[in-house]
Amino acid sequence: MNPALIVGVVAGSIMSGTSLLYATLGEVVGERAGIVNLGLEGIMLIGAASGFAATALTGSPYLGIVAAALAGAAANMIFAYLVVGRHANQLATGLSLMFFGIGMSALIGRPFVGVLITGLPRLPVPGFAPGEVGARLLSYDILVYLAAPVSLFTWWLIFRTRWGLGLRTVGESPAAAFAAGLNPQKLQYQALTFAGALGGIAGAHISVALTLTWAEGMTAGRGFIAIALVIFAKWNPLWAIAGALLFGGVEGLQLQLQAAGADVSPFVMNMTPYLLTLLVLIVWGWSRQSVAPAALGRNFVGVE
Amino acid sequence: MRLDGATLWACASARAKGFAFVTAAALGVFATLLVAAGKDPLEAYIDTLTYVFGNAYGFSELLVRMIPLMLTAVAAALPARIGLINVGAEGQLYMGAWLATAGALALPDLPAFVLLPLLTLLGFVGGGLWALVAGVLRALRLVNETISTLLLNYIAPLIVSYFIFGPWRSPETASYPQSPAFVEAARLPTFFHSRVHFGLVYALASLVLYWLVMTRTRIGLDMRAIGGNPEAAQRLGIPIIRYILTVMFIAGGVAGLAGMAEVTAIQGRLVSELSPGYGFIGFLVSWLAGSSAAGIVTMSFLFALISSVGDILQITQGVPYAVVNILMAVILFIVLGRHSVGSVAR
Repeated sequence: MNPALIVGVVAGSIMSGTSLLYATLGEVVGERAGIVNLGLEGIMLIGAASGFAATALTGSPYLGIVAAALAGAAANMIFAYLVVGRHANQLATGLSLMFFGIGMSALIGRPFVGVLITGLPRLPVPGFAPGEVGARLLSYDILVYLAAPVSLFTWWLIFRTRWGLGLRTVGESPAAAFAAGLNPQKLQYQALTFAGALGGIAGAHISVALTLTWAEGMTAGRGFIAIALVIFAKWNPLWAIAGALLFGGVEGLQLQLQAAGADVSPFVMNMTPYLLTLLVLIVWGWSRQSVAPAALGRNFVGVE
Repeated sequence: MRLDGATLWACASARAKGFAFVTAAALGVFATLLVAAGKDPLEAYIDTLTYVFGNAYGFSELLVRMIPLMLTAVAAALPARIGLINVGAEGQLYMGAWLATAGALALPDLPAFVLLPLLTLLGFVGGGLWALVAGVLRALRLVNETISTLLLNYIAPLIVSYFIFGPWRSPETASYPQSPAFVEAARLPTFFHSRVHFGLVYALASLVLYWLVMTRTRIGLDMRAIGGNPEAAQRLGIPIIRYILTVMFIAGGVAGLAGMAEVTAIQGRLVSELSPGYGFIGFLVSWLAGSSAAGIVTMSFLFALISSVGDILQITQGVPYAVVNILMAVILFIVLGRHSVGSVAR
């Protein structure tokens, strides 16, 4: 393996891992509050489309990211209202949200098909001459640099703050949280707002930093990989970094192998993230250590 | 409680009213969105109605759309009865199509009356085995079937793509990757000079069998017991693991039939874009129908009608087909918000 290839794989995995990481972090927070959101794919699509549209209209990719976060949070509020406010079935609502996202993003993105944008600028780490290995390895956009701090922040939020303690209590037993004087529904709304914003950012990173174009369905199932990554990460934001890098790595390796003209079917390569996820889930299942929030997927209807 | 005709009628008309309210509200919300996007929704709705009900061809196309929806809905409804969530009909459909194609390409010399039943069987087995992967993982208590069926959905189309870009790539149409055309004997018959095909019989037969098994047999009773209270069912000596494996295999098989019918009747060859999300929509159809057989027919009709709206929007208003997913989602949102019903996942 030549160094250029290795550099390409590492840089590529960091780039594609970033979007997965943001999405996973959001889902971790939601699931810690006891809510599974299968609509993450739809949220990411809405983020990708509205982030791209805002960038194309304003010329500022940073405004694009903000717009994506707002759009993601807003769309997730539909889900939150139905699940938390109306006690609707989480899986069915999540899948409906996915369809909503597919449709909404197609509507938002329609005028921007074929439009080119200047994406999130790369901010190289100073001290390397252009073209040097270090310069290629350490030149990313702001969202990449922020990914690890945001993970750390999310970890701190969940495990080191009073709010996080409340959140985890709601995820384990909403009735106990209620008895302790907390408002489970308020916490769930807050968690889902946060999750929606991160999901929107995750989608926007793909369209505004990676591909720089809009195409229908461009997130291509990454929302579902992120949901699986939550289990992989055992609902811990720090483990999510490792998971996102690993899965981003598969994608990075694939792009480089294809660019190098290796005789590997792209379809077989594309399968690996899903197969890997399944394998990891089997191994986790084997170890029989359930760390999932106890009330995950169940709705809190109140205390009699 | 005795149910006489009047009560039944009141019940049905209340449901119909609720149904009409939901549909009208959703059409209103969707129309508002389209107006905001500078389109003419009213024209699109009228165009859809005249297209679908104005002539036999439009209506036959609606039936064609209902076939995969009914089959994938049964694939979701059957496991739902024992408390399993099969969101994987999409992948099962692709694998059914894949195995049926393998048969059609390998055995071109067989007469139709041997080949077609064989392809049907292969389609069933292809989808069934794909679902069985999730069933086994669930029965061994390794991976939750919701997440495994979701992941398998993404693998199946890639297997199909691998074959049509690779070993099965047709030499005549080099620019567009697809398998060679099937021989005439491998084509599922169609009715009345339309595209309505024999898959309709599969779909109706699956629904009738599903209804019969659930309401009239010991197996249905066992299944409802497992769905209601697995622990009690276990104590009663019902073989839960055997039920999980069998039900998942059969459910996947039914979804596989949808894929088999799609390649042998509609496409006549294996292509990469077999389904615009039939499997996912089927899951929601089954959920909205509360897993009832009659409900599945009604809801498939509604969703097929919605997808016709999508076609019309694309053709006459230049709106991407995918936008119609909003209409579908809004209907579901309204139903979900009105009352929390549904048989899956308590």
